[in-house]
Amino acid sequence: MFKHSALFVALFAPLAAHAATDEDLRAIRAQIEQLRSDYEQRIAQLEQRLRQAEAGSMKAGSDTGQAQAATQQASLPAARGEGAFNPAVSLILGGTYGQFRQDPAIPATGFAMAAHIPPERGFNLGESELGISANIDPHFRGTATLALDPAGGVSVENAYIESLGLSNGFNLKFGRFFSGLGYLNEHHAHAWDFVDQPLVYRTLWGNQLGEDGIQVKWLAPTDTFVELGAEIAKGRGFPGTERAKNGAGAGVLFAHAGDDIGADYSWRIGASLHRTRRVDAQSDGVPDLPGTAGGVSNLFNGDSQTAGLDFILKYAPNGNIKDTNLKLQGEYFRRKESGMLTYDIAAANTTDSYAVTQSGWYLQSVYQFMPRWRVGLRYDQLDPGVALAGAANAGNVIGDYGYNPERTSLMLDYSPSEFSRLRMQVAQDKSRQGLPDTQLFLQYVMSLGAHGAHRF
Amino acid sequence: MKKFLGLFLLLLSGNASALNLFACEPEWGALAQELAGDKASIYIATNALQDPHHVEARPSLIARARRADLVACTGAELEVAWLPVVLRESGNGNITPGKPGYFEAARYVTMLEVPARLDRAEGDVHAAGNPHVQTSAHNYLPIAQALSARLSELDPGNAEFYRTRLNVFVQKWQTAIARWEKQAAPLKGQPILVQHTAFPYLGAWLGLKEIAALEPKPGMEPSVAHLSKVLGQVQQQPVKMVIRAAYQPSRPSEWIAERAHIPAVALPFSVGGTDGAKDLFGLFDDTIARLLAGLDGK
Repeated sequence: MFKHSALFVALFAPLAAHAATDEDLRAIRAQIEQLRSDYEQRIAQLEQRLRQAEAGSMKAGSDTGQAQAATQQASLPAARGEGAFNPAVSLILGGTYGQFRQDPAIPATGFAMAAHIPPERGFNLGESELGISANIDPHFRGTATLALDPAGGVSVENAYIESLGLSNGFNLKFGRFFSGLGYLNEHHAHAWDFVDQPLVYRTLWGNQLGEDGIQVKWLAPTDTFVELGAEIAKGRGFPGTERAKNGAGAGVLFAHAGDDIGADYSWRIGASLHRTRRVDAQSDGVPDLPGTAGGVSNLFNGDSQTAGLDFILKYAPNGNIKDTNLKLQGEYFRRKESGMLTYDIAAANTTDSYAVTQSGWYLQSVYQFMPRWRVGLRYDQLDPGVALAGAANAGNVIGDYGYNPERTSLMLDYSPSEFSRLRMQVAQDKSRQGLPDTQLFLQYVMSLGAHGAHRF
Repeated sequence: MKKFLGLFLLLLSGNASALNLFACEPEWGALAQELAGDKASIYIATNALQDPHHVEARPSLIARARRADLVACTGAELEVAWLPVVLRESGNGNITPGKPGYFEAARYVTMLEVPARLDRAEGDVHAAGNPHVQTSAHNYLPIAQALSARLSELDPGNAEFYRTRLNVFVQKWQTAIARWEKQAAPLKGQPILVQHTAFPYLGAWLGLKEIAALEPKPGMEPSVAHLSKVLGQVQQQPVKMVIRAAYQPSRPSEWIAERAHIPAVALPFSVGGTDGAKDLFGLFDDTIARLLAGLDGK
């Protein structure tokens, strides 16, 4: 009882402090001192008992009664009440500094009608990400990732349910998730090896394709990893054009295969196919043949079909990635779009057929040359293709840009621990014709809370 | 190359009705081998030269988990970074945690170094305690008991077989423990350094006195500043040797060994970690032989 009252006094002492006399303070200090020595004594006793118990169990180890196994299992830390059911929470804190000579908002040449999420200049609080996940019941697991926008908003990046314990290699996922196409698409920004996504992801997928829909995956019962997947979704992420109607707005098929070669190497290859119907897809600031200042706004209606190939090869001596390791990866995507294009909706407003095939690829390698330090090199290239515009727009729409955007990036990062990373990146950017740029990025990525997964 | 032979391979195969066992670490694969003989087809997910904390959910692991009847792992969060992903991606309902097909060895032993304060500022600490339970020979007895019971539960037709194998193993193991303890008697009370806090169970068993760790915090690379501090400590309080697990880089151990004039001893840590550690018995034969050699200043 005495201890409790002392604790009470200790807790509320600051409130009453202005009224307390020196004598009161002395009394309180004495009580706190008493409290501290009491607890220190008790902790010492507990430690003593723990040591005895440990020594006892070491000796007891030599008899193998079943009872022993049973008691030891029972002695495991029991559930900590309600708190034990709290989901795993992780918070990613990230920030960048970017320095460019050219305006990063200018899209890659020939890709004004594609997606463009430009990097930002100066100091930026990149995306902080709050992740929460837990098993819901024996059948489902839930994961939510909330992106905290530097400007103050919160957006739902991922919010999906996964099946638990389905058998025969099936896995079901539904809700909002990153599509399983390609290799990089499922990786969250904090797991990227470079500050930014490859140009082909930036332009063809708006950095990465997030969907509202359903994904089914099936893993073949073979020693070699063979996985097939299908998704139907709303068409929320670029190039989909989200709309409220029955049915699905986009579909994805993908296949992955992978294995190890000895203990040193492991690999995965993949192929994917994405289809969507684009409805009233508006692009602004599109350059045209008449040379309209600031470009024009176009509207596209039609089919979009994208095929992709990806591979990754990893090397680590004896498979021990902690010390040194090397990754080599590359992806290629090719998008075919055909339909009707309305040119300059604000003025000319002429509609005619339009078809174009655009593609892009990247190849990158990241080498951890000593624990904590990695260096990476990436080369990106895009091909805007040659567009075929119907007669009505032949004099308006630029068909052939005659320029392939490209970029080379060099990255160095340092990870003081598994949970923190500091990165520097320099890019020689020739993605905009006539506007070559040298770009410098500094970045930090820190993760708090639940231990992140080491995905392949 | 010989020492890598036992690492990434099916120890036994061809028996269609055999239990498919997925062992996270080589020691549990080797224990299952002792207990199940040819009744199990065993796949070992990692090798003794890999840091078991730092493994990726590789496609090969997911594919092997797909058909596993039993997953035998250390638990205590040792595999927290990769096993949950492997289990989920495998689409195999038999091996989800809580099912009989999911076995965690650490649940059956008394955990040491259970942190009083869970804080990442303390490095890579595990809430359940230090997960490297395989370094004490005593720990294998309750684990073998439990694993054998699990094999019988999953494959009741062979329960009698598993019981017999367990009894044989326990007898051989107890004899071996008596031998090891006799051999290791000179190690009792000897002060040592460890590179990573990987050996509390070994230390508690053989009575080794751990003076300091080269890693400033568990899982953090030893810095020169910290090594210098440890060196100062060692000059005040001499130690006999510095020990590390086979998978760890030798540089920090060698740095301090050279300056403190003590031997740097690499222990197998698991089956396959050294040429001598061909099976569980070899693991401890070799561990003790290396410690004794270290004591002799070799």
